[in-house]
Order: sequence, then C-alpha cells, then structure tokens
Amino acid sequence: MVTEAISESRTGGDFWDGVRLSMPVVVASAPFAILFGAIAVDNGFSVLEAFLMSALIFGGASQMVGIELFGQHVAPWLIVLSIFAVNFRHVLYSAGIGRRIAHWPLLQQALGYFILTDPQFAVAEARAVSGKPVGFVWYLGLGLPVYVFWVIESGLGAVFGKLIPDTHALGIDFLLPIYFLGLVLGFRKRPLWLPVVAASAAASIIAYKTVGSPWHVSIGAIAGVLLAVILPPHHSGIVERP
Amino acid sequence: MSTTFWIILAGAIATYLTRVGGHLVISRFENIHPRVEAGLNAVPAAVLTTLVAPAVLGAGPAEWAALVVTALVSLRGGLMSMFLAGAAVLIIARQFVG
Repeated sequence: MVTEAISESRTGGDFWDGVRLSMPVVVASAPFAILFGAIAVDNGFSVLEAFLMSALIFGGASQMVGIELFGQHVAPWLIVLSIFAVNFRHVLYSAGIGRRIAHWPLLQQALGYFILTDPQFAVAEARAVSGKPVGFVWYLGLGLPVYVFWVIESGLGAVFGKLIPDTHALGIDFLLPIYFLGLVLGFRKRPLWLPVVAASAAASIIAYKTVGSPWHVSIGAIAGVLLAVILPPHHSGIVERP
Repeated sequence: MSTTFWIILAGAIATYLTRVGGHLVISRFENIHPRVEAGLNAVPAAVLTTLVAPAVLGAGPAEWAALVVTALVSLRGGLMSMFLAGAAVLIIARQFVG
C-alpha cells in the first residue's frame, strides 16, 4: 500500500482499489448470507423469495428480523415496519455520505444509496476523512462484490437449508437470538447503551407477557429510544453546539 | 403475487427510503437536535434487544449456555467469533438437554 503512487488516478485502478477493500466484508458476511438463506427457508420462505429479499433489501440484520417475524406469523405491515426500524440507522449514514457524493450524476447517486450498508459507509467515510476523493467507480468497486456475493450466498443457503433434516439438533431455530445478541453487544461502546438495552429488554418482556407478540418489538424499541431522548443530552455523549 | 413477495417489496422500499432519506431530509437542517440524535443512535440496540429478551425468557439451559458464551466471547472477539462460539455451545448442549 505504501509503495503505490497515490497521485495515479486510472479509473480501472480505482475500481480494483475498491474491490480490494471489499474483500474482508465479503468474507465476513458470507456465513450470515448462507445462514439467512437457510433460516428463511426454515421459516417458510421459498428459495426464490430468500434470493429476492437479499437482492432487493440488501441489509443483513433487517432481513433476519423480517424472517424471524414472518416465522411468528406477524402481520405483514408490522414486519415491514420492523425492517424499517432496524434499517433506520442508515438515515445517519445517508446524511453523512451525501456530502461526499453530491457531485455525482443523479443516477449514480441513486445507485450509491442503494448499496449504502454499514461497512460501505464506514470505509467510504474513512476515505473521505483521509482526504481522498470518493468517486463513483471506487465506491462501486467497494460495494458491488459485497452485493453480488450476498445475493448468491443467500440463494445457496436457501437451497442447502432445504436439505437439512433436523433443524432443532443443529440449533437453527435459536441462531437468530444469538446473532441478535451479538449485534446488540457490538453497539456497547455507544453512549447510553446499557440504559437503552435495559429499558428495551424490560419493556419488551412485559409487553410480551401482557399485550403479546408482536407488539413487544415496537413497545420495547420505543421504550429504549424514548429513554435516550429524555435523558439529558450530556449523558449521550453528544456535544451541544452553540 | 404472494403476501411474502409484497412484504419483501415493501421492506425494500422502506429500506431504500432510509438509505436515501438522510441525504434528502437531514442534510437540509444545519444542526440535528442533540436529543433527536441520541434517539437515532439508540434505535438499532433498542430494536434488536426486543428480539433477544423474550427469547431468553422462553428458552432452556442449552440456549442460556449459548447466550452466556456469546456474551463472554463478545468482550474480546468480533461478531463472527462470538456467533460461532454461541452456535457451537448451542449445538453441543442440545445433544444433552435436547
């Protein structure tokens, strides 16, 4: 990396620079794509539907939430709302990256936002912060491999998921709570993490016991978010600007 | 078209709105109110917690063991290692407690 001349800006070079940076993401997301496909089928999706969901939504955690609620026979609009809620964080990425790509042609921007995942934002923002330009070709090199592998591996997972005879022995029905716990713990460095998680956990359990599923999702989430809004801003590590 | 298809399509539109919406809406404001930002920051952890907590309550020893190991591994490892550790414990524990 150090030996490469940075001033060189061939378009093909930019694309492959992006592809190189996408590789860790491709490798890390592969098991989750396969897992998604397998669980989707276990929860009543067809192979084509699992494939389509990955191709059109392209958001791991939200797809897992979607199929989990689908398996619980939750009302369709509530599944869509939950997918929206899990993906809502993208609003912040979008506002952030928008400043970097506002000079692209409109169609390229529209495509750029479609592949704006967590790692896509993180890597692109890091490049912008380091002073390098975020060009469309580089951005596509970063995002396209992740997308292509995600969709193909979801399909493969769905095909193989059909072949697994005893899903209980392999723990497939409980892999999602483990995965979600991992994601929750991954956010633990964020300000207010513990109070938010505690409030959401308590509210969702109470709602689950009283109102019943699927309302525990909305009620629990609202409780956690409200707590973060109500607590004085200095607790949330956000500096108020004059 | 099946209900599943419409769920996927609506979910895709909702997701795209979150990806393009920040640029279209939030970037028009000079400053985001700190309380709104704190609320937005809390959304992912809050939503995902609601999918874990009731499952923990209704689970048995095998599942609890898996979740404890997942939490312990998370102190050191990344998402992948904690997931694999939790899944391994679950599969092994279920051979004994079903």
